[in-house]
Parts: sequence; C-alpha cells; structure tokens
Amino acid sequence: MRYSGFRVIKEALTGHKGWGPAWRDPEPQPAYDYVIIGGGGHGLATAYYLAKHYGKARIAVLEKGWIGGGNVGRNTTIIRSNYLLDGNEPFYEMSLQMWERLEQELNYNAMVSQRGILNLIHSDAQRDAFVRRGNAMILNGAGAEMLSVAQIRKRYPFLNFDDARFPIKGGLAQHRGGTVRHDAVAWGYARAADSYGVDIIQNCEVTGFRIENGTCKGVETSRGFIAARKVASCVAGSSSRLMSKAGMRLPIESTVLQAFVTEGLKPVLPGVITFGAGHFYASQSDKGGLVFGGDPDKYNSYAQRGNLPVIEDVIESGMALIPALGRARLLRIWGGIMDMSMDGSPIIDRTHIDGLYFNGGWCYGGFKATPASGLCYAHLLATDTPHDTAKAYRFDRFRRGYMIDEKGMGAQPNLH
Amino acid sequence: MIINHPLLGPRDAQEFTYLGDAALIHRPDWQAEDAQDQFHDYLYLRDNPAGEHRELWFHESGDRSWLVVTRNTVTHEISKVELARDVARSEGRSR
Ligand SMILES: Cc1cc2nc3c(=O)[nH]c(=O)nc-3n(C[C@H](O)[C@H](O)[C@H](O)COP(=O)(O)OP(=O)(O)OC[C@H]3O[C@@H](n4cnc5c(N)ncnc54)[C@H](O)[C@@H]3O)c2cc1C
Repeated sequence: MRYSGFRVIKEALTGHKGWGPAWRDPEPQPAYDYVIIGGGGHGLATAYYLAKHYGKARIAVLEKGWIGGGNVGRNTTIIRSNYLLDGNEPFYEMSLQMWERLEQELNYNAMVSQRGILNLIHSDAQRDAFVRRGNAMILNGAGAEMLSVAQIRKRYPFLNFDDARFPIKGGLAQHRGGTVRHDAVAWGYARAADSYGVDIIQNCEVTGFRIENGTCKGVETSRGFIAARKVASCVAGSSSRLMSKAGMRLPIESTVLQAFVTEGLKPVLPGVITFGAGHFYASQSDKGGLVFGGDPDKYNSYAQRGNLPVIEDVIESGMALIPALGRARLLRIWGGIMDMSMDGSPIIDRTHIDGLYFNGGWCYGGFKATPASGLCYAHLLATDTPHDTAKAYRFDRFRRGYMIDEKGMGAQPNLH
Repeated sequence: MIINHPLLGPRDAQEFTYLGDAALIHRPDWQAEDAQDQFHDYLYLRDNPAGEHRELWFHESGDRSWLVVTRNTVTHEISKVELARDVARSEGRSR
C-alpha cells in the first residue's frame, strides 16, 4: 500500500478500515542466502539495500526482541556530517545525503528535519579546531559556517553567553544537520525491505553459529537452526556477546549512554546545539520535549540503565549552558548499550571465518550512519569488497596503525 | 556504585577512573617472536562479557592505587575488590 496525503484523507472519511500491517510476520524458513542478525536501524537498512540493489535473494533479518527495541529506538536522533578525518567525513556526508532523499525513497514519513546543528565555541583554541573542522567539511562538500556571537544570539537568545568561566565565543554550524524520528527509521526500512520480500523475524534470538572447516553455515536460534550462505552480525551493543559465540574477541567495550526528555514545552529550541565546555547536547522534539544527553557511563555495562553521577553531570552542563532548563520538568531518563570501539570509529568488514560478516563499533554516533551503514554493509555482503566510502572501517586498521581517532585522544574507549 | 576499597573501606565509584578488562595487567614480552601480534591483542582486544567481569579501576581522587574489581555488568553488583599489585604478584609478576 502506498502512503500519501490523499490516502490519509480517504481513510479518515471511511473509518480507517483500509490500513493493513506495514510488514508481514513470517515463519523462519530453513535456509536463506543472507541472514542478518539484529533488527535495529542498521540491520533493517542492510536488508533493504541488499534486496533493492543487489538482486533477488532470500534474505532474513533475525531480531531477538521487537524491531526498534534497541538503540535505534533509544537515541537522541541527531544527524550530521561534521566530521574531520578522511576515513569518516565522506561516509557521513554520503549518509546525510541519503537522509535527504530517504522519505521519498521509502514512501515513509521519518520526519527528517534539517533544522541545523550548532557546535558552540568557548575559547580561541576551540575556535581554531572548529575552523579546521569546518574547512574539512567544506572540502568534502558537506557545507559549514562559522557563526558570530551576534548571529547566535538572534536564534538562541536564552543561552548563557556571558558565563564567567565559559563565555560563548561563536559556533560552527552545519545547516543541513538536524533530527529524524528514530522509530520511524526502523519502521520505514522494515516496511520497505518487507515489500522486496525480506523476512523480518522477531522474537528470534541467535544463540550460536554453525561453523564447519572455517566456514559459517548458518545460525542456531531460539526458533531452531537456520542455514545461510552469508551471515551478517549487526547487533550494536551486543556485538562482543554475539561474536564470542564464534570465538572472536573484538576491539569493543559495551557501555551505557543515557538520554533525557522533559515535559512538552512550546517551541523554544529551533535547532540542535552542543556545549563546547562540557558534554551536553540538546534539541526539541516535535512533541515539544527537550531531548538531551551528555557523557556515557564510563564502565562496561549491559544494564540498559545508567547511574546517578552521570545524570548530575549532564544536568549541571545543561544548566551551565541553558539556565532556563531548570524550570522544565524531566519526564523520562533511559539508557542504551553502545558498542564502544577502541578508536571511536566503526567496523564494517569480513571476519576470518568465511561467510561471517561484522558491522559494529558505532559508539554513540551510529544513528546518523544508518542509511550509509546499510548501503555499505549490503555492498560488502553482495560483492565481498568494501564500499568505496567504508574502506577505512576494517578490523586490521588497529594492527596496521591506521586508527581513525576522530577526537585525537588515543585509541581506548575511556578516552573518547 | 560503591567500591569497597581493601585499604580504605567503601568509597563512591565517582572517586575512581575506569580502565577496563583486567587482562591489561599482563603486558606481553616485547622480545617475543610474535610480540607484534601479542601487543595488538593486548592493546585492542577486550573481554566484554555480560555478567562477571574483572576490571581495573584507578583511585584517582583517593590514594591513587589500582584495583581489580570483579563486577557484574548486568546488575552492577560488585563481588570482589583486590589491590592490583596483589593480583599481579599472585599471578607471577615480580614488580
Ligand atoms: C542514549 C543514546 C543516544 C544516542 N544518540 C545518538 C544521536 O543523537 N545520533 C546518532 O547518530 N547516534 C546516536 N546514538 C547511537 C545510535 O543509536 C547507535 O549507534 C545505533 O542505533 C546502532 O545501530 P542499530 O540501530 O542497528 O542498533 P540497535 O537498534 O541496538 O539494533 C541491534 C539489534 O540487535 C538485536 N540483537 C542483539 N543480540 C541479538 C541476538 N543474539 N540475536 C538477534 N538479535 C539480537 C537487539 O535486540 C537490537 O534490536 C545514541 C545511542 C544511545 C544509546
């Protein structure tokens, strides 16, 4: 069924009796060409691009819970391509361009909103670093603009500009950045993949791999063995747990990142802003809630809930930047488990086991990567060669000394 | 979280910084034939289980000792706290 404005009106006038389920609920088949493990944004996008671009194949997405129950439904929904390094910026810019066309392509309202992202500057050194970053963005066709305090005051009059310790000195803006309705990304990709015949199988946990003579033959699941020519892991925060079942140790630690949302308010925050002196970022959802976050809880965790000290730190940073925040009431706080890679950058690669592929290490920034990650992973699965823009995201970069340390802080998760 | 420091008693986890997998105690021999492989694994690969995890914590705003904490990564429950130097010595390190 095609969704359209006309359809909404027609259904409204006929008692909404014509809407059907957006995807099927199929039984798992005994064998597939491709089995993708994990029904998050990346897994569903991978299935969609695989089915669309790389020919007719039997494809399944196996999800242990319900699709969208992982980080794709827990993140703070920010999209941007304001990266510095060569291995990253072309990839994230491709992703941003894919977001710009996504809703038309999927025929699904994902509420892609290019309301702009602004990284605030509080010192001369930070200005130099952000000018350099802005230039890298411009060279990669992403566009960037340095804003003066006067320009920022016009759009965000309520910020704490004249703080004694961290006055606002300007900002780096990417006007094409913004937010996307996160659940709708999972649902949109699921519906589109389903329309190409992809089986989306929920409540199906992968519990092990069948590996014979160094080749992966399929997966053991809570719903029985499923054979596959190619098996693709795409489970974000659960990456180490899953791959340990294939005997692999990964350059990844799992930690919690928390997110916060206030009660609904009238429109006050027109774009996405980030504090340059502490770790805090915020936007306002279309429902009116201020959505914000900050540092992860910096120790290994699979708890999907965080601890109070980080909450205190995030709120303090928020109050330092937006004193008015203290008048809003917090509605909800939650956490998601992130796959923190050693250098802060992702991995899309084959493994040493034939027929077993890996996508993970997205840390706190994989939502914006969803379309490009899906496309590049599909390309790798179909052709066994990395996609041009994802060539740097290989396992062996650590061995070869080609870390992609975007923050320049060192190759260890507790540093970035 | 409260970490029960073997010398100082219960301390708020906020006083500590976290380094991760306690396997980091065992720095490989730099003169070994396969030192490059060993250092790659040592530096970049981690045990990352859901459940019991042995990990290094540094008492940065306290007595600056290194601890090996055994903690459940699903419940955050801490079952054992040792001085890292005791662990290293008991596992055969001289210094
Ligand atoms: C609080 C928070 C805020 C964030 N904010 C942003 C942001 O503003 N911008 C941004 O770009 N990124 C952000 N991120 C990061 C982003 O959400 C993730 O990097 C991204 O969603 C991960 O990819 P995914 O969507 O495929 O993961 P997920 O949605 O987590 O998908 C993985 C799926 O695998 C399933 N699974 C796990 N194990 C198994 C198994 N054994 N068998 C079957 N299925 C299994 C899980 O149930 C899950 O559904 C944020 C993350 C968090 C936690």
